[in-house]
Amino acid sequence: MSRADRTQRRGRQAVNSSAPGEDQRPDPTLLGTQGEERLDLSVQERKYVRARSWTLLKDLARPVKWKLILTAVLVVISNAARASFPLIIAWGIDWGLPQVVSTLEAGGSAAPVVAAVGGTYVGAALTAGLLLGTYTWLTARVSQAMLLDLRVWVFRHTQRLSLEFHEKYTSGRVISRQTSDLDSLRELLDQGVSSLVSGLMFMLFTGISIVVLDWRSALILLVAFIPVAIAVRWYQVRSEAVYRESRVSSARMIVNFVETMTGIRAVQAFRKERANDRTYETLAGKYRDDMVKSLNLFGILQPTLVITGNLTVVAMLLFGGFRVLDGTLAVGVLVALLLAGKRVFQPMEQVAMFYSSFQSATAALEKVSGLLEEAPTVREAEQPVPLPEAAGRIEFTDAEFGYGDGQVILPRFDLTIPAGQTVAVVGQTGAGKSTLVKLIARFYDLSSGSLTLDGVELDQLSASDLRRNVVMVTQEAFLFSGSVAENIALGRPDASDAEIQAAAKAVGAHEFILSLPEGYETDVTKRGGRLSAGQRQLVSFARAFLADPAVLILDEATSSLDLPSERLVQQGLTRLLGDRTALIIAHRLSTVEIADRVLVVHDGRVVEDGSPAELIEAGGRFAELHAAWKDSLVG
Amino acid sequence: MSTPARTDSPRGTPGRGHTDGRGRVGRLNDPGLGNREGSILEAIRRLSPYLDGIRWRWVAGLVSAMLAGLVALSIPQVIQQLVNSVLHPGGSPADVWGAVWLMAGLGIAEGLLIFGRRFFILPPAAGVENRARVALFTRLQRLPVSFHDSWPSGQLLSRSVGDLSLLRRWIAFGTVMFVVSIVTIVVGIILLFNSSWILGLIYLAGAVPIMWRSFYFRNDFRSASRLSQDQAGDLATTVEESVHGIRVLKAFGRGGEALEGFRGQADTLRGTEVRKATVLSQFIALIVALPETVIGISLAAGVYLVASGELTVGALAGFFATTAVLAGPVESVGQLMGMSLSAKTAIDRHVEVMDTAVDIADPIAGPAVGAGPDSGAGSGSGSGSSLAFEGVGFRYPDATADAEPILRDVTLRLEPGETMALVGLTGSGKSTLVQMVPRLYDATSGRVLVDGVDVRDYALQDLRRTVSIAFEDATLFSDSIRNNVLLGAPAEIAGPNAADPQAAEDLLDLALDTAQAQFAYAMPEGVDTQIGEEGLSLSGGQRQRIALARAIAAQPEILVLDDPLSALDVRTEEVVTQRLRAVLAGTTTLIVAHRPSTVALADRVAVLHDGAIQDVGTHAELLGRSAGYRFIISSFEEDKSIESVMDSGVITGMTPVVAVDDASGSGSEGDRP
Repeated sequence: MSRADRTQRRGRQAVNSSAPGEDQRPDPTLLGTQGEERLDLSVQERKYVRARSWTLLKDLARPVKWKLILTAVLVVISNAARASFPLIIAWGIDWGLPQVVSTLEAGGSAAPVVAAVGGTYVGAALTAGLLLGTYTWLTARVSQAMLLDLRVWVFRHTQRLSLEFHEKYTSGRVISRQTSDLDSLRELLDQGVSSLVSGLMFMLFTGISIVVLDWRSALILLVAFIPVAIAVRWYQVRSEAVYRESRVSSARMIVNFVETMTGIRAVQAFRKERANDRTYETLAGKYRDDMVKSLNLFGILQPTLVITGNLTVVAMLLFGGFRVLDGTLAVGVLVALLLAGKRVFQPMEQVAMFYSSFQSATAALEKVSGLLEEAPTVREAEQPVPLPEAAGRIEFTDAEFGYGDGQVILPRFDLTIPAGQTVAVVGQTGAGKSTLVKLIARFYDLSSGSLTLDGVELDQLSASDLRRNVVMVTQEAFLFSGSVAENIALGRPDASDAEIQAAAKAVGAHEFILSLPEGYETDVTKRGGRLSAGQRQLVSFARAFLADPAVLILDEATSSLDLPSERLVQQGLTRLLGDRTALIIAHRLSTVEIADRVLVVHDGRVVEDGSPAELIEAGGRFAELHAAWKDSLVG
Repeated sequence: MSTPARTDSPRGTPGRGHTDGRGRVGRLNDPGLGNREGSILEAIRRLSPYLDGIRWRWVAGLVSAMLAGLVALSIPQVIQQLVNSVLHPGGSPADVWGAVWLMAGLGIAEGLLIFGRRFFILPPAAGVENRARVALFTRLQRLPVSFHDSWPSGQLLSRSVGDLSLLRRWIAFGTVMFVVSIVTIVVGIILLFNSSWILGLIYLAGAVPIMWRSFYFRNDFRSASRLSQDQAGDLATTVEESVHGIRVLKAFGRGGEALEGFRGQADTLRGTEVRKATVLSQFIALIVALPETVIGISLAAGVYLVASGELTVGALAGFFATTAVLAGPVESVGQLMGMSLSAKTAIDRHVEVMDTAVDIADPIAGPAVGAGPDSGAGSGSGSGSSLAFEGVGFRYPDATADAEPILRDVTLRLEPGETMALVGLTGSGKSTLVQMVPRLYDATSGRVLVDGVDVRDYALQDLRRTVSIAFEDATLFSDSIRNNVLLGAPAEIAGPNAADPQAAEDLLDLALDTAQAQFAYAMPEGVDTQIGEEGLSLSGGQRQRIALARAIAAQPEILVLDDPLSALDVRTEEVVTQRLRAVLAGTTTLIVAHRPSTVALADRVAVLHDGAIQDVGTHAELLGRSAGYRFIISSFEEDKSIESVMDSGVITGMTPVVAVDDASGSGSEGDRP
């Protein structure tokens, strides 16, 4: 829980802090998720996006700051120990050996010197091994903790973002941010960013030890570093392009594969197998070619690094060998130089290979930080007015609604719905019916005016009070993976099995649920558990019944039904409505007939308002609708 | 709902097992020590169809790698000689030069030989991977629908991608490096013993536990990786649901609960990742500390041995240089062995699919009737074929013994040119029955006859040319609308060598027109607009109409419509049904119906109930005599939606609204996830 609180606090904080001051905002088209597909960023824009990613990283690192510092200490000490091995060998040969020789000649015991040399080496070995292991483990702990925070943070933020944002940004992109983008971060962590850092440290310390041993040989190392740097850079640039290409070709191949296998009925029924064979052969061949290309690049890099390393050793041998002949260099030092020179470039392979991982992780971080920069337009009240048990009276006063871009959807209106009234809303496609009822569920906020529930402004209610009192059932009747019972329990998570069943009985879902393979425990994603649209809607009605709100909103909730369950739904619907305040965007006139009151909405305005009987008598649009419907039944 | 985003991360779940409801498959064939039926050589033998052109290159690569290993080992020998006989004050500069040239030559040779190994083996290994992949795909396409029902596509994908890339790495790297590592270790240890048997023994004492441990390390690490992949997959499912179901979560204010659930899963994943890192960190601690400790002991012993004259300084230097060369092979030989076991599992899994019988195939004895069910197949102008079911029964292959069969005893006959509606309650087996006509399923008892001949006696291609089908869940492919519609069209009209290009256009127009899919012309690039994964996404109703057009364009003798109009509004469906009647006069049509208007247009109606045909007759007859029929048909009772009446413009003051789904694909016709 404490982690939860921390993350939550940090989440809020970062939403504010991750947006640098106004002066730094180069271009409004870059804020949040806008322009995330743009590639042509100017220097300043790039700086802004980088700064945003960097702020995010810093926010993530804050709670693990001390552990991060500890990992830094560990990686420094362990690699210093590792790099000291050749130094100890040189010391052992150049200092220890003459000591032992002279002690032995003097008839003394060689044990103290031998133990000192061996003990130092073993001590360094154990230090290096244990600290390196601890470092690897600690890095994983730290990075996984950061990743967990980021996951939870993005998840929460996504859930908090208003529907307006989700409708605009599309589910696919939100999912990519949370899955593939976070995966590329995970991949980077997973594939050993720790071993990369450790490798670089090792190179550094090995370099230092060469300087310590013989600074002149270090100059050779500096020279050798030039071709290594060129080779690595060449590899990075080339592999970046090839890697991208092979990502594309592997994605194409996989998409084709999945599409073929999921559409196998159509493939076989329309004899598409042979044509598919050819297509897939081409795609798989392209992937093979790209892969070979990328392997070949590494096939050039690797020998280059090996040869450079070997030639460095040769150069050190040449340069050191003559000095040994002169007697100006100890032979142990030369041996140590040769050992160190051979190992110094080994981590370069990793450096080169991790580059593309870094690239995709950076790109991912930029997009994720953009998503986090989006502010929810519907915000929860900071000091909510409590409303534990609402009666269900809804009142719009001087209300107006339009989207952020200034487009007015519902011009100024007043509307009062007394508690317990069942109101049907009818109108043409796009008349604004759905917007009207979604305002009551606070999926959107009014642009101006007031909307109250039992006299309390909707935006002054806490989310939990609002959702306890106002529930909306939508057309899609989405089910989550899990059992039928769990899906109903979404209406009230603490409900008992008996209450869940009672809710299902009330809306007429009990019978069909019992007929499922495992009754209430049937997993809705398993074969045999897949429910028809009508059955799903019954489950969502049971969910709403269980939630038992004062105000119930049904947004086209019956429109997807065309199967036998329709009747059942109609009966269940009556019981579901009970004496609640209800707003129904009706699909069928039979539904309208159970309403106390009908609102006919046209072009964002309520143009007719009254009981069904009154409206039929008054002879307006609703009366015509009623007549047309009667005709269609007869015809 | 899986999203494209996830398809590029194949889940490495091994083994065919029971799905746990999320398409995840339990681990049955864990590639561990337990699974060893058949040797690795046996597995390699099964690969022989893919091994063309790699054999000698593999040998050349092995030779290169072996030489590279030996060169690497010889460099310390040079250092040893150098230290012993050349490098002492007053030594000969010419000898130093000689050593330098020798070392340079060896160093360059090592690099070139490494290059050589990759050059020889990698491209053909990629070829092996590619051939196996294409062969797998080809096989999978021929396996019957019932096979695909029981294998989630994610499973097949991991076999196609993950397993085969492991195979390539094993062939190109694993096999060669395993041999080379063994040889390097053996030769290296001989050299060490040659320098000093005491130092050799000390080294061996350290190397054996590392080799042994590294073998287990790979498997421990892999199983932790698998677990984390599975958990990451589950987490992705939760994310997808939380986004697709966001309206529900918001409407019920369950964001908090969803977050808690997500946090729990994410924390489990974190725990797994940390466990994985623990395995890795212990291994790293071991492979760094143990060999270096051994070297430390050797250093102490070596100094003493040198001092007491039993060892030369050069030999000691050579010893250290040799251990540096041996470190890599010692560390990896166990892992390479583990890799071989995994590769064998991958091969077994590949072979498992390749060995699955294609039990819906051409008759062994050759097609019973020469060219196919009807000589006029594909002309579309014929009088239609007759279609009959005789005592057809069906049960799923994986159904439990006490489960009721889906179909028990279906007997039904359609005369040539007749349109028959098939009605029944949800779950009565209508879909399964109609899919037996093009043999997507085979009856488990009884026969399906086309023109009096058992469908199993026709060549599949001929049968499926004669029968065309449209499904409720319209599967379209990533291609242009044109190609999707003309997918099954007769080759002489729409094939690449068709005589008259205009004929294909006419057929396309006719099919789109009949299916009320004129919206295709209004797309950005008309009928050449790309749809699917990388193209424009269509609404459910639009997809259904394209799929229907596809069935029509195939110009079949028998048209099977498996509720292909469910996502259309009633008005559009009526128009489509009427157009179908006109265009397909003479085509035998079997249509699964859910609406009275469709039923009314059929010549006769068959009622499927309890796995058998309960009654057959005209709509009027059945209404008169069958209570069951009245019940079903009354459940279809339809009334027009309020919105559609208001949109139609019949009401004063309301202008007609064009159906939304034709405009953008964002319509209300069930295109939501």
